[in-house]
Amino acid sequence: MNTLQKKLNDKKENLLTIYFTAGYPQLNDTGTIIKELEASGVDIVEVGMPFSDPVADGPTIQKSNLQALHNGMSIKKLFEQLKEIKNEVTIPILLMGYINPVWKFGVENFMEACNKNGVSGLILPDIPLDEFVKDYQPLYKKYDLSNVFLITPQTGSERIKAYDEACNGFIYMVSSASTTGANKAVDEEKQVAYFSRVKELGLKNPRQIGFNIKDKASFDRACQYANGGIIGSAFIKKLGEEGDLKRKVREFVEGIR
Amino acid sequence: MDKTNNKGRNPKSPIGDLGVTPPLGGWGVNSLGYYGEFGGAFIPEMLQPNVDALRACYREIIDSPEFKQEFINLLKNYVGRPSPLYFAKRLSGHYNTKIFLKREDLNHTGSHKVNNTIGQILLAKMMGKNRIIAETGAGQHGVATATVCALMNLECIVYMGSTDMERQLPNVKRMEMLGAKVIPAESGNKTLKDATNEALRDWINNPEDTYYLIGSVVGPHPYPDIVAKFQSIISEEMGWQLDEQIGRTSPDYILACVGGGSNAAGAFYHYLENKTVKLIGVEASGLGTLSGETAASIACGEVGFIHGSKTLLMQDGDGQITEPYSISAGLDYPGIGPIHSHLFETGRATYIDATDKEALDAAFLLTRLEGIIPALESAHALAGLEKMKFNPDDVVVVNLSGRGDKDMEAYIKNL
Repeated sequence: MNTLQKKLNDKKENLLTIYFTAGYPQLNDTGTIIKELEASGVDIVEVGMPFSDPVADGPTIQKSNLQALHNGMSIKKLFEQLKEIKNEVTIPILLMGYINPVWKFGVENFMEACNKNGVSGLILPDIPLDEFVKDYQPLYKKYDLSNVFLITPQTGSERIKAYDEACNGFIYMVSSASTTGANKAVDEEKQVAYFSRVKELGLKNPRQIGFNIKDKASFDRACQYANGGIIGSAFIKKLGEEGDLKRKVREFVEGIR
Repeated sequence: MDKTNNKGRNPKSPIGDLGVTPPLGGWGVNSLGYYGEFGGAFIPEMLQPNVDALRACYREIIDSPEFKQEFINLLKNYVGRPSPLYFAKRLSGHYNTKIFLKREDLNHTGSHKVNNTIGQILLAKMMGKNRIIAETGAGQHGVATATVCALMNLECIVYMGSTDMERQLPNVKRMEMLGAKVIPAESGNKTLKDATNEALRDWINNPEDTYYLIGSVVGPHPYPDIVAKFQSIISEEMGWQLDEQIGRTSPDYILACVGGGSNAAGAFYHYLENKTVKLIGVEASGLGTLSGETAASIACGEVGFIHGSKTLLMQDGDGQITEPYSISAGLDYPGIGPIHSHLFETGRATYIDATDKEALDAAFLLTRLEGIIPALESAHALAGLEKMKFNPDDVVVVNLSGRGDKDMEAYIKNL
C-alpha cells in the first residue's frame, strides 16, 4: 500500500486535495509549498508538471504553466526538488500533467523516478483507458503507483465502472463540463443529479470532486457528495499574490478548513 | 462539362465515385484509429464523449445516400468542382518535364479547405449540432468554415492566433462579413497551435451542442480519417482528368505542401496503394531546418503527442512543444497529421522542405510563367520542383492548394 492508498484508507471524508504547478511562482518554491500544505493539514497534494500546451486548463493554470516553464521548470528538475524533501514529508504526493513531457522523459524512467522520489500516484488525463490498460498499467503496478481517472457529467455509467475497475487511487469527478477554473454558472439541479448518479454506482474507489472548487462553500458541497474536494486554480491565484509564500499557503488552507 | 466523354468515370456521378474508399492497404486508419504506430485519441475525458459520439456515427453518415447526394451537389454546384487539372506548359518547359497543376485555388473560397468544410458541416447537421467551432492559421479554413456556416445558417466561432490575425487581416474581415465570430488566441506564439488549443478548450466547455470542425488531418481519431476522406476528391479527380488528357490514370509524381497535411493527404489518397506514384510532401522550413525558426515537423520533429494525436512534432529536450515559424501562416504548425508520420516512417512518401525564400521565389516564378498567383502554402509545393530531378517524360502533378490573394502583403514586401 502506497501513501495515497493509506491516506484514502484511513480517511473517508472531507479529504482536502490541493493542486499547484511545480516551479510556480518561483522555480524552487515547490518543496516549500508541499511542506507548508502538509503543515496546514491538507490531505493530499497534486503537483502539476508544467506543459507548453495545457488544453484542459483555463487561463489561471495556463499562466502558471507558462511562468513555471519560463522559470526553468522541467520533470528532471521536479524530481530533484522532490528528492530533497522526501524525508521531510509524509503527505501523499500525486503528479499531474500531460503525456508528452512524460513520454519524452521515458515512461518507465518516469515511473521509476516517481517511485524513488516519494510520489505515490499519477493523474495523466490524456491517456485513454484502453491505452492505459494495454501499455501503462503494468508499469504502475511495478512501481507501486496509484492512478487516478477523470470522469465528467457526460461520462456514461458503464464507462465510469470501467474506470473504477482500472483505478487504484480515487475517481476524480470533474464537477461540470469545463476547463479548470472556468467559474461559469452551473445548473445545480443537473450537477446534483450527476453527483448522486455517481454516488449510487457504489464504486470501489473513493471519489473526489474537482474543477471549480474554490472556497469553503464549494469545498463543503463537494464533501457532501464525495469523499473530498480538489482545489487548483483558486490556490494558484493566491500564490500569485504579493506576500510571504508560507503565509499565503496557510491563509488559503485556513480559509477552506 | 459533357460527362459522356469522360473515360474511367462513374457515369452516375458527375464528379466521380465520391465517397468510395479506394483500396488503402496498410495506409488507411485501422479500427483503433491508428496509422501504423501513429494517431489514436489521446484526449482527456472531458473530450471523450464528443469524440466517441463522432466516432460512432461518422462512417454511417458519410456512406449514406442522403449525405453523398448533398455533398456531391454542393461540391459541384457551390464549390465549382471538379477543379481543373491544368497542363502548365511554360512551367514544364522551365523544368524540362510535364507538370500539371491541380487547381484547388479555383475552388469557392480560394483553397482546398472548402472540400472538408462542406463535408463536415453536413456531418454536423446530421448529428444535430447547431454551434460550430473551428481553428484557423492562414484563415483559409476559417473562411471556408464561416462560408458553410452561413450557407447552413449555423452559429460559427473561429479561433485564430492574434499574430495570424495581423498577417491575414483580409481573411479575418471575410470571416466577420460571413457572420462568424473570430476570437483571438493569445497564448504561445499566437498562431495555429494556440488557436487549436483554444478551440479544444471551447469544446471542453461546450460539450453538448457544439461541433468542432477541424481543418486538417490532425487531432484525435476520427478527425484525421474524416478530413482525409473529404479531401480525397482531389486525387480521385486527378485520376480521370489525367486519363482524359494524356490517357493514363496515374502520374509519376505528386507534390503537395504539408502543414498539418490535409491537401497532401487528399492529393495522395487514391494513389497510396499504387507504388509507381512517388508521393512528395513539402514542409515549410522557415529560415531553414537548422535555424530554430522552422515549421518542418518531419525534418525536425520526434514522436510525441499533440492535439490528441501521436505523431511527429517539434519539441525540446523536456517534451515542451516548440513554437514553429514559417512565412506561411497555413503551414505554421509544430506537428503533422499521423497519416504523414506513417507514410514517412514506412518510406511510402518522401518529405522535403522549402524555406520562406524558396517559396517566395517559386511563387514569383509561377506568376510570371503561368499567370497564376499561388498561396504562400502552395508556393512551398512549387518550390519542391526545384529540388527534384525529373525526366522529360515524367508526369508531375503539383497540388496548387490555394490562391495568393490573401498573401499580397507578403508578396508586395518581397517584390
